[in-house]
Amino acid sequence: MWAPGFSPAKAAPAATERGNLVSEHHIVSPKVYVTIFAVLMICTFLTVAAAKVDLNQYFSGLNIIVALTIATLKASLVVLFFMHGKYSPKRTQLVIICSVFWLAIMLFMTMSDYISRPWL
Amino acid sequence: MSLTPAAIPSATPGNQLPREHYLNATYGIRSWLLTTDHKRIALLYLASVTFFFFIGGAFATMIRIHLLTPTGYLVTPETYNKLFTMHGVAMIFFFLIPSIPAVLGNFLIPLMIGAKDLAFPKINLLSWYIYLVGGCFVLYSFSTGGLDTGWTFYTPLSSVYSNSAVTPAVLGIFINGFSSILTGLNFIVTIHTMRAPGMTWFRLPLFVWAHYATSIIFILGTPVIAITLLLAGLERMFHLGFFNPALGGDPILFQHLFWFYSHPAVYIMILPAMGVISEIIPTFARKPIFGYTFIAGSSIAIAVIGFFVWAHHMFLTGESAYAALTFSLLSYLVAIPSAVKVFNWTSTLFKGSISYDTPMLYALGFIGLFLVGGLTGLFLACLGLDIHIHDTYFVVAHFHYIMVGGAVMGYVGGLHFWWPKITGRLYPEFLARIAAVTLFVGFNLTFFPQFILGYLGMPRRYHSYPPEFQVFNVMSTAGASILALGYLLPMIYLVWSMRYGQVAGRNPWPATGLEWQTDSPPLTENFDVTPEVTWEAYDFENRPDLGLDVKDAPTLAPAHGDD
Amino acid sequence: MHRTGELFGQFETLDQQRESASFGMWVFLSTEVLFFGGMFMTYTLNRSTYPDVFGEASRSINLTLGAVNTVVLIASSLTMALSVWASQVGKKQWLTIFLIATLILGSVFLGIKGVEYHEKFVEHHVPGPTFNFEPGADVATNAHAQLFFSLYFAMTGLHALHMIVGAGLLLWLIRQSMRGRFTPEYSTPVDLIGLYWHFVDIVWIFLFPLLYLIDRH
Repeated sequence: MWAPGFSPAKAAPAATERGNLVSEHHIVSPKVYVTIFAVLMICTFLTVAAAKVDLNQYFSGLNIIVALTIATLKASLVVLFFMHGKYSPKRTQLVIICSVFWLAIMLFMTMSDYISRPWL
Repeated sequence: MSLTPAAIPSATPGNQLPREHYLNATYGIRSWLLTTDHKRIALLYLASVTFFFFIGGAFATMIRIHLLTPTGYLVTPETYNKLFTMHGVAMIFFFLIPSIPAVLGNFLIPLMIGAKDLAFPKINLLSWYIYLVGGCFVLYSFSTGGLDTGWTFYTPLSSVYSNSAVTPAVLGIFINGFSSILTGLNFIVTIHTMRAPGMTWFRLPLFVWAHYATSIIFILGTPVIAITLLLAGLERMFHLGFFNPALGGDPILFQHLFWFYSHPAVYIMILPAMGVISEIIPTFARKPIFGYTFIAGSSIAIAVIGFFVWAHHMFLTGESAYAALTFSLLSYLVAIPSAVKVFNWTSTLFKGSISYDTPMLYALGFIGLFLVGGLTGLFLACLGLDIHIHDTYFVVAHFHYIMVGGAVMGYVGGLHFWWPKITGRLYPEFLARIAAVTLFVGFNLTFFPQFILGYLGMPRRYHSYPPEFQVFNVMSTAGASILALGYLLPMIYLVWSMRYGQVAGRNPWPATGLEWQTDSPPLTENFDVTPEVTWEAYDFENRPDLGLDVKDAPTLAPAHGDD
Repeated sequence: MHRTGELFGQFETLDQQRESASFGMWVFLSTEVLFFGGMFMTYTLNRSTYPDVFGEASRSINLTLGAVNTVVLIASSLTMALSVWASQVGKKQWLTIFLIATLILGSVFLGIKGVEYHEKFVEHHVPGPTFNFEPGADVATNAHAQLFFSLYFAMTGLHALHMIVGAGLLLWLIRQSMRGRFTPEYSTPVDLIGLYWHFVDIVWIFLFPLLYLIDRH
């Protein structure tokens, strides 16, 4: 018997059937938050200290590389733990990755124009 | 009203409209201006985008009349600059970009996925009001000195030297951007979290896939033009130097930032139209669409790759040769998913049982015109060729083939296809077919000569031209008057049909989507009971409820709606 | 206004409602990444074009205040995260306390920012007709330094605007929290505004090294 797709007598379906919902009830303990905060403080101290040393003499642009690496690490910790990124559904993680990726496209492809101008 | 298998009518038109539906559920101006019903908001948008279509059309009319003669007597050169600028701004930001998503997308997405509304109905309404506020700023700009920078707002003309009303205009477009962003946000969340049970991703109508891809562009692209126009506005107001070479700034940076959004924006304009075509073709070929997965995937591919090609607008403005090479190659790649769609639509038509109802006429026209527009895009993406045809009428013809021959025909075709669902009534079929043909003929007469003009070297955005180009300009203007008739006719008979059109019933075509299972017009909450989807998309064979006789290939029983 | 915790008509279950809200906030934050991103792009190009002047200009802004502000803002993220925890375990008093702490820290940030802006105003480093990077600077240096400060004020200004909006949202949250509106079953506004607040913190995490630490050696 073909099913027309309407089941008038059926109750509303469980949440897990609709839109692949996932329970987001994971509770992160305050200990984790304070630990992450401590790491963030260390990173802040490190980034200021590193800025006061001339790292560019070892490798051109090392200062900015170090600064941005530390900043990226700090941002990742905030996203993963403070914002519960680690415990979020896949679609949320996709949104996070896409925003970073799209920003990277804008930065890299635009700068590639400027960087390649002297090549020819 | 409960629904049982026996009670679902398929292809028979009803004699009466349903007693209660979203249009008569509540009365009064406040029930419309404060509505959160996605269907009513869609109609609010329909009114506003039509208004801006008239504004943009008025400027286009003046342009074409001015260009009847080589030296142009209608307006001064300065005013001519304002005409093409305001035509572009009104049409792109206030008509094309919102048209299909905010009208058809808003109306249909909840119906197509079996939901009662979008995820955030109040934000949907806010989106419309933000659009209006942005529109007011732009109208203010138009009426207090106009805008002469081109819709592209290149600096430092827009940020330093122009004497026109640039600041209110960029502010208006900035504000309007948030309308797009909120619409895209609403669509993405809705499609992820509010699908009915059984409506898996790969059972979604391709219209929904198209809008999902479009929403990705809304979300990730629009903020960039927002900040860019904000910076240009700040530069103009406070004499900063981001984009002004005299102060150490870089105009090419503006172009990079501007086109980072504005190229994907053209995919915002075409992807929803492609979604409409993917719904119309299977319906009027009475066949499942060919290559569903590839069409769905190609929508996403266009949205993603479309973000990698923006600097093909800058081949001649000073970017490096290596950047030009890269962007040229990527622009060729982005054509591939579009071509996949054209192949799949054509394959759907093959051995189908084709009826030439008005929506089908628009869809067939779309395929041909989009093909021409898309292929000429490849001409422009070719570096050696672009040196000669950049900034000529070739470009103008190329993008009008896609935006008018493609997007607008998709919009008008979609309005016709879903008109019975929106209003409960059928439009007059014979007159509609005449209008479709008129539009097609008028369109080609308007824009095909422009390919020739561009090839012969007539620059765009020029108020005058050498006398040898006059014959093509006159053809173009003549075509424009026929095109205008092709637009006016539907406006008249669609309005007429709301009162006097034949009652349509649930599924006049018939088509397979979930939206055709509800009343025409639908209840405010769309469905009495939450539907449960057990069939694949476009599965004509396994849907006896549609009343189609699939046993006798190739001819299937005609549906009501042909008259 | 609806009663908090009520199921809205378009949703089938509270779970669906909560997950849609959270996902919606993440999608909105992705737009903010690209929104600030345009200015980061402008910054990147200008810094690579004028590295020396940018370095000099960066040295003239107050590193101590910037560093203190970084610590303050990250601390406010901690208190915000703790307020989310408090709402999840039903500790209503702690929720209010942590929210107030977040607001206080955010206000300290804005106050210090105000002090910095005032410093720049006094030194004639505000872009516009009164701009003068340093006495005796040539026209080009002045113009390029003005670019740095235009970016400085535009980026930190937009950031501060987001903080002010956040502060307003926190005030509303505190008021609701004091009325006991948030329970382990319903704390969606705390979660959403928390996400927003953390995002604003992340923007500063990048702004600080890029503006204050260009050339400090």
